Amino acid sequence: MAKLVYNELLKMFRKKRFLVVVLILAVLIPIFTYAQYITVQTTIKQIGTSDWKAILQQQIIDQENRLTSSRVPDEWKKWTRLTIAQEKYYLKNNINPTSPGAPTFVRKFVEEAVALFIPLIVVILAADLVSSEYGNGTIKLLLTRPVARWKVLLSKYLALLLSVSLVMLITGLLSYLISGIIFGYKGWDLPVLTGFIQQGDQLITTQVHLIPQWKYIIFAYGLAWFSALAVGTISFMVSVLVRNTATSMGVMLAAVISGSLLSQLAPTWQSLRYFIFINLRLTDYLAGKPVIISGMSLPFSLAMLSIWSLVAIVIAFVVFSKKDVLN
Amino acid sequence: MEAVLSVEHLTKKIGARTIVDDVSFEVKAGEIFGFLGPNGAGKTTTIRMLVGLIRPTSGSIVIGGYNLQSDFLQAIKQVGCIVENPELYPYLTGRENLEHFARMIDGIDTKRIEEVVRLVELDKRIDETVKTYSLGMRQRLGIAQALLGDPQLLILDEPTNGLDPAGIRELRAFIRRLSQEQSISIFISSHILYEIQLLCDRVAIISHGKVLKTAPVVQLVGEESKVEWSVDPLPNAVSHLSNLPYIKNVEQLGKERLMVHMPVEKIAETNQLLLSSKIQVSAIRPMNQTLEDIFLEITGGEGIG
Ligand SMILES: Nc1ncnc2c1ncn2[C@@H]1O[C@H](COP(=O)(O)OP(=O)(O)O)[C@@H](O)[C@H]1O
Ligand SMILES: [Mg+2]
Repeated sequence: MAKLVYNELLKMFRKKRFLVVVLILAVLIPIFTYAQYITVQTTIKQIGTSDWKAILQQQIIDQENRLTSSRVPDEWKKWTRLTIAQEKYYLKNNINPTSPGAPTFVRKFVEEAVALFIPLIVVILAADLVSSEYGNGTIKLLLTRPVARWKVLLSKYLALLLSVSLVMLITGLLSYLISGIIFGYKGWDLPVLTGFIQQGDQLITTQVHLIPQWKYIIFAYGLAWFSALAVGTISFMVSVLVRNTATSMGVMLAAVISGSLLSQLAPTWQSLRYFIFINLRLTDYLAGKPVIISGMSLPFSLAMLSIWSLVAIVIAFVVFSKKDVLN
Repeated sequence: MEAVLSVEHLTKKIGARTIVDDVSFEVKAGEIFGFLGPNGAGKTTTIRMLVGLIRPTSGSIVIGGYNLQSDFLQAIKQVGCIVENPELYPYLTGRENLEHFARMIDGIDTKRIEEVVRLVELDKRIDETVKTYSLGMRQRLGIAQALLGDPQLLILDEPTNGLDPAGIRELRAFIRRLSQEQSISIFISSHILYEIQLLCDRVAIISHGKVLKTAPVVQLVGEESKVEWSVDPLPNAVSHLSNLPYIKNVEQLGKERLMVHMPVEKIAETNQLLLSSKIQVSAIRPMNQTLEDIFLEITGGEGIG
């Protein structure tokens, strides 16, 4: 099986699929970095030229004063304490909160990329994996070897899992290295708020706590990786079902983009949450952003992605093993 | 002789159409077997079934003693094939293509790859990408790929399609050499009678999905060949020729010309006979027979249609 997976990876690399993906990342990440830089500059201008340390100190004092007041609800007090802890960390470690380092960019980038950008890249890798073999006729050579059809397909799937994982790693590395040029490479230990729980329409903050940013980034990339694999698996199935790469890519792009658009256009359409591509924004649960459609939560989305993926894998393997090769 | 490939009552229906209809034949060890039929006869569809790309609706295929449906891996190990065009990965080099397919078969080392490359005489260009290859070179790389696993049976689907005359001659010589030196059975499909005639030991003729006849090539061609004679005087010649036991039919074409259905190897003998009867023979022209002629013969006038 290792040899078969090697074959598939070799083809993927030699077809320059991988190179294309890395190039896209290498072009877009600097653009995003620059955009982030402009935003930071604007914020700094609005605050004025005064010393950010003084401003932060003043903020902490204000918040502490408010804490002593007995009329403040308990929940709010807890929230304020966390914010103060965060701000004190900034002061102690000499970090300007409006222009944090590369690790913060890495975190924000994956949070933004998870819904559309990463899925599109995965589609580029996965959409022609099987359909191209039909398209150029090499499927006839592939399936007339003494290797069971399911093994041929499994080798392709494993190659896809590996390459998607590699792309996630490269995304993280490139965004760190490139953004660090402008923002500096420090900030791994920055405390970040997490632990939000979604219950019905309400965001429950009782479990909210601070974790170091490196931990948060590992979680965020893990979740983004999971949703990338789900996109890859669906693309893989489509690639088995249709005979040419253009169709396969078209179908997947349409599906991914509709998922992204629908979540913005029709947030009241309840059953939309059972559509796989609505559930890609796993990192939003980590950051405590409001959910798109009520009833969605991290376990719900993980379950949706898993169920859709499993069904897709079963369909792909059954169809591929049974299908007559007629072209 | 033992059968390397044995096909029984093979049928394929797609939708309501029967594309291959109750086809049976055997390919024996060491022979070159021709599969002759016009375009659309069902040759490629049959071959797809022989190599497991499509499932037969009914019937059985046994390769080297293994049933293809129930024992696919063992059966397919005995076969190397090119179905329709020699399609390989254009962005890989010839060698990388071979290595790719070698990884899918157990126990193939670089030595074997070198061997097949030398066999198909691609040594010089093997490290260039396949997209720079001519059709003839791709055909040879396709054959190299098919030979990697040291198969007992090589299946080629209209291998001369698209090649120029020189390429066709070269391929023919190569196939003959392969059959002699590697003791491999070869199954080769074609729509050109002449090609099969030059290469094959036995032939099955297929039309509209049905095998009309399976016979040794010499028999098939010998039976049906035609020779044109220019003679003087004509009536004398006709009466002489009609009396010969091996002559089937004598047609009058013009004032001096006759079309005679007779075995080609009897030309000299016949010529002697006519001369000794004081009949002048000014020209003898053996006609290149076409598939159409054979069809006319077998079906009694129905033609390829
Ligand atoms: N996928 C298909 N669906 C329906 N009919 C087909 C299909 N593929 C081939 N055919 C038909 O089957 C017949 C035999 O085709 P084929 O085996 O390619 O013939 P050959 O190789 O002898 O030229 C043709 O009439 C063709 O139109
Ligand atoms: Mg054909």
